[in-house]
Amino acid sequence: MSHFDVVDQPFADAIVALGRRRDDVVVLTADLAKWTDVGPFAEAFPDRFFQVGMAEQNLIGMAGGMAKAGLLPFAVTYGVFATRRAFDQIAMALCTGPSDAVVVGFLPGITTRFPATHQALDDVALMRVIPGMTVLDPADATELTAAVAAAADYGGPVYLRARRSSVEQCFDPRELAFTIGPARELADGPDIGVVTSGYACVWVLEALRTAPLSDLDVGVLHVPTIKPLDEDTVATFCRRYDRVTVVENHTTIGGLGEAIASALARRGQPTRIRMHGVPDRWGAYGTVEYIRRQFAFDPEGLARTLADHARTGGGADR
Amino acid sequence: MTMRSSDDTAAAETLQRRAIDIRRLVVQMCAARGQGYAGQGLELADLMAVLYHYELREPLASPPGDHFVLSVGHSAIALYAALGSRDVFSLDELRTYGGDGTHFEESPLEGMTGFTVTGGSLGQGLSQALGLALGERLLGSDRRVYCVFSDGELQEGNTMEAILAAPNFGADNLVGLVDNNGEQADGNTAEIMPVEPVDRRLAAFGWAVQRVDGHDIRALLAAFNDARTVRRRPQAIVCDTTPGHGVPVLASFGRVHYVKAHEPVWEQALAELDEARARLDAPA
Repeated sequence: MSHFDVVDQPFADAIVALGRRRDDVVVLTADLAKWTDVGPFAEAFPDRFFQVGMAEQNLIGMAGGMAKAGLLPFAVTYGVFATRRAFDQIAMALCTGPSDAVVVGFLPGITTRFPATHQALDDVALMRVIPGMTVLDPADATELTAAVAAAADYGGPVYLRARRSSVEQCFDPRELAFTIGPARELADGPDIGVVTSGYACVWVLEALRTAPLSDLDVGVLHVPTIKPLDEDTVATFCRRYDRVTVVENHTTIGGLGEAIASALARRGQPTRIRMHGVPDRWGAYGTVEYIRRQFAFDPEGLARTLADHARTGGGADR
Repeated sequence: MTMRSSDDTAAAETLQRRAIDIRRLVVQMCAARGQGYAGQGLELADLMAVLYHYELREPLASPPGDHFVLSVGHSAIALYAALGSRDVFSLDELRTYGGDGTHFEESPLEGMTGFTVTGGSLGQGLSQALGLALGERLLGSDRRVYCVFSDGELQEGNTMEAILAAPNFGADNLVGLVDNNGEQADGNTAEIMPVEPVDRRLAAFGWAVQRVDGHDIRALLAAFNDARTVRRRPQAIVCDTTPGHGVPVLASFGRVHYVKAHEPVWEQALAELDEARARLDAPA
């Protein structure tokens, strides 16, 4: 299915490499070790791995305590459980200090069959509102690997959206120097601007590569750090276009699109923004390919959406 | 600094005076604005005296010799007063308690001197105390972690998650101190959502549990001395307390979650504490 090479369990390799580099790194999980690629860390560093069972509030609370002992905890579970079940614990135990700690949320958005219960389509919105929280949405295996190391060295609480098992590799690890903060321009076509992040960036690159967009020359800005938002780069990019489409693997409420719209509005910049994410509903059930088609995140759907926006100005959001 | 005498009688008498010092500070802090969490401050005075003048090793050092975690944020006044009794804060500073612009917030965030965690959103302290204890163990430290939480917090799922986890991690450097005051925001714990028998529930989860009169300093000393000998299991000391204990005029408010009173009440409270001190000073 994928039009890119894939890397197997990039998070596993990244967290083990980090564990070798820093002996203060500990990993905590809540009954999802096998399902979030932390098994290799548990095997390599059994003393630094903590299985707390199905108890996300305790997962985050213990991470907060370990941070106060001087360790660097990675609390790893699904994004839905971390950000909803333990929202108050993330806010209080990790962010009032604040503490140096990383919450890793797997199954971001359209990456799993189960709507509402497992598809984290609201996690970015929830994490963005917490004072001082940094929110990372890496696109591919290269960025995810780099983001693990960057989050560890960054300081302060970080929420990291992560993908498991086979993850596309769009960027060459030898060429990518990932730092938290900057947005990166991936294409500079003049017809329409696209701003994206995370898995949605892979979808956009796939649509460009498989050519359904061939009659449109698209500019693409990738924003792997959603908070703090690189507002200057976003505003400069958007200024070049009459209309910009934000493609996001998230509800259109409270995610990257609204963060950008807010930043542009505060600057008085009149760029027309269209949010192309999941509308105000609980995702959909099925294979990732099927759900992508439902929400026009597949290459053909993206091409239709961008062509429509370029031609008509997009009109109202769905 | 820490007293570890086998003859705890002398220690107990000294600690009774320290508890009165703490109660005086609690009353003075509330008197400044005529309101505050006086009931909680007074009910915890004996336990805080034992902690901050006996049990905790180097609690004022940075990092401390042992950690103290206050889970029940609304009882911050007891910790302020305990630190005041160790001259960490002046009376003038403490009397700003609860006022606009003060550092002495009624339920402060972590980072305030003495406050290891943010405790005001109830039910979260024990998890963090457990993480702190396991972290210290991993780092090879012999620091112990003492966490005060309330009976009402046993209604929070997060507290129960931590109670389940601590014995399974063998956290024998963790001491849970239950302020079993029978009171919560809406009234009596026994009427709102009973949590008794607290001691048997904790024991069933695998904790080494003692239950004491939280105002009996000798019993508290003995419980701490016993707890220190436990291996491979976290220890709990269920402290049965009475809001306002030690100051009859405030205890008469009964199970009042938050006290507002006029100046004569606070003056009488201080007079009652003077009498309590005089009784201690009187020849046997």
